[in-house]
Amino acid sequence: MAKVTMIEAINRAHAWEMAHDPTVVVLGEDVGINGGVFRATVGLQEQFGKDRVQDTPLAEGMIAGLAIGMATQGLRPIAEIQFMGFIYPAMDQICSHMARMRNRTRGRLTCPVVIRMPHGGGIHAPEHHSESLEAMFAHHAGLRVVCPSSPARAYGLLLAAIRDPDPVIFLEPARLYRLVKQEVADDGLALPLDVCYRLREGSDVTIVTWGAMVSDTLRAAEKLEGEGVSCEVLDLATLSPIDHDTILDSVAKTGRLVIVHEAPRNCGIGAEIAATVAEHGLYDLHAPIKRVTGYDTIMPLSRLENDYIPSTARITDAVRETLAE
Amino acid sequence: MKTVAEFEIKYCQFLDAEGNLAASAPPLARDSGELLKMYRFMTLVRAFDTKAVNLQRTGRLGTYASCLGHEAAHVGVAAAMQTDDVLAPVYREFGSQMWRGVKMASILLYWGGDERGSDFSAARQDFPYCVPIASQMLHGAGVAMAMKIRGEKRCSVTYVGDGGTSEGAFYEGLNVAGARALPAVFVVVNNGWAISVPIGSQTATKTLAQKAIAAGIPGIQVDGNDVIAVRHTVGEALERARRGEGPTLIEAITYRLSDHTTADDASRYRDASEVKEAWTKEPLPRLRAYLMKLRVWDEAHEVALKAECTREVEAAVDEYLSAPQPSTDAMFDHLFARPPKSLLEQRELARRYAGSAGH
Ligand SMILES: Cc1ncc(C[n+]2csc(CCOP(=O)(O)OP(=O)(O)O)c2C)c(N)n1
Ligand SMILES: [Mg+2]
Repeated sequence: MAKVTMIEAINRAHAWEMAHDPTVVVLGEDVGINGGVFRATVGLQEQFGKDRVQDTPLAEGMIAGLAIGMATQGLRPIAEIQFMGFIYPAMDQICSHMARMRNRTRGRLTCPVVIRMPHGGGIHAPEHHSESLEAMFAHHAGLRVVCPSSPARAYGLLLAAIRDPDPVIFLEPARLYRLVKQEVADDGLALPLDVCYRLREGSDVTIVTWGAMVSDTLRAAEKLEGEGVSCEVLDLATLSPIDHDTILDSVAKTGRLVIVHEAPRNCGIGAEIAATVAEHGLYDLHAPIKRVTGYDTIMPLSRLENDYIPSTARITDAVRETLAE
Repeated sequence: MKTVAEFEIKYCQFLDAEGNLAASAPPLARDSGELLKMYRFMTLVRAFDTKAVNLQRTGRLGTYASCLGHEAAHVGVAAAMQTDDVLAPVYREFGSQMWRGVKMASILLYWGGDERGSDFSAARQDFPYCVPIASQMLHGAGVAMAMKIRGEKRCSVTYVGDGGTSEGAFYEGLNVAGARALPAVFVVVNNGWAISVPIGSQTATKTLAQKAIAAGIPGIQVDGNDVIAVRHTVGEALERARRGEGPTLIEAITYRLSDHTTADDASRYRDASEVKEAWTKEPLPRLRAYLMKLRVWDEAHEVALKAECTREVEAAVDEYLSAPQPSTDAMFDHLFARPPKSLLEQRELARRYAGSAGH
């Protein structure tokens, strides 16, 4: 089995599905001959032609709107948005139309679209290239929001997203694109959406996280193990809808919860998780819930971005604090 | 059927690629003082740009968007402006910014990942870079709206790229400026490429200048490598705007001689022969040739100027490199005039964990 990076796994998932489903098309800025600025779509235009892999004019609202029209005609568009900070012109199309089409037409017209984009910071990119805006999407009914944390999960979850009958916002942690290689079978097998993945079993504390923060969290868990603390690490993977059952079961076992995300704290997805555990698992808790998050500031330019992204030290300290209660 | 609307788009060039001047050239073409000043700036911008790419390649600057080949367009536009006009740039109009007094060290600071780079010491009303493509079109229109409301004889000048003309905000900006006869000039820098997408794939239109027609405003094409034509065309558009006759769209045709940014590799999608051909039309040699014909420039001047530019650039680089690292407070202290309590608490937290990344 070949070892691949996350970006290669994403490329393979595209190629597999395009080879097996002629309705799948790719559109976006620079996705053709350039293969996308991160090379997620490299080689696809050569393999599948310019009709199925289209470089669009430079307009995100247009990309999302086109995808809606194409989807209602039975295609399955995968749209790439070059960086998350450029999603805003597309929000009108996504929120006013894509997310609502099934409901408005009682299922007559639907939007099986995947909108992919890089997520988060840590790659020293310019302004507006490093945002974490998952909560903005999660707040809109009718959208699934998915965020893989490894090459294998990127492959399997992207296949699931393409095959899903509804719109999926697919967030790809840019920091992980080339960070590690992993064996990924190019077998066309999708992974389930709407569930958490338990990456580490533990008994003292549950840590819920996703995307690039998964690797920092696993590092923290390892460090804490050396101190005799047993962490259970859950990768949320589907950020909306949240698999609350798995989280509540885990908290029932450990009695402690730390949530880690790179996005700002205010109204972040961590708040939703914390509120649900407070509603349904309060009596299982031995200590207050802790959140380790980005600050409620604008993602700074590169000189300070590593001070913005939660450090492993912040995670280990938060876990120690819950244990001290 | 009768024709209800017709249009034509004019192309303006005075100095051809060999440095020959057209007979129709304006008096500016004889003003050697101004021409020399523009040539000096274009040479300085070239030296700055070369150095900036070098800083990025050696790990001392972040991703950088080179302006190689755009020097005449950028300097010509700024030279036509009044000091109290307002500029809304995209992200590579360093020639305009430098002409307007923005320090090279500030430009480097921004591309080096520090927000202080956008706190200019001059041109204090000019906008910072606008990375979300074409959104600045509306800022330029809004600035002009304020000037118009107050009855001022000032104008806004807004840049946008050829790729940017595909965004909705491009049309929205042109339209409102036309509808309200705003004192605004919009300059499309058509350098042939939007990253890997050539202009022919971006739009079916024959010229970008004609996008003005739908907004009911004049549109004109200009050789963006001819600084005399750029300065003249922008100057006329600004005068028109100051007279209260409304906005103009100017398409400056040039070529992106560099990669899109230092993070890009244009050889993946662009023929070397096209770039080679574009080098024969680049803006500096033709102006130099013309200045030599005017007998106001020679090899000795050229050598001296290059040395002077190198010194200036090196001084700016020193200033940039010696700027102290911002503290984590910088994330918090400029977000609001009155920071909320929760933010001040987070500022404390950030202080506690400053520099903890990777530990
Ligand atoms: C809204 C938005 N979408 C995408 C991008 C990513 N991007 C940065 S520059 C660029 C191409 C711009 O081309 P053009 O407008 O021709 O300007 P040029 O870079 O050639 O000066 C793209 C797609 C962006 N910055 N903003
Ligand atoms: Mg361009």
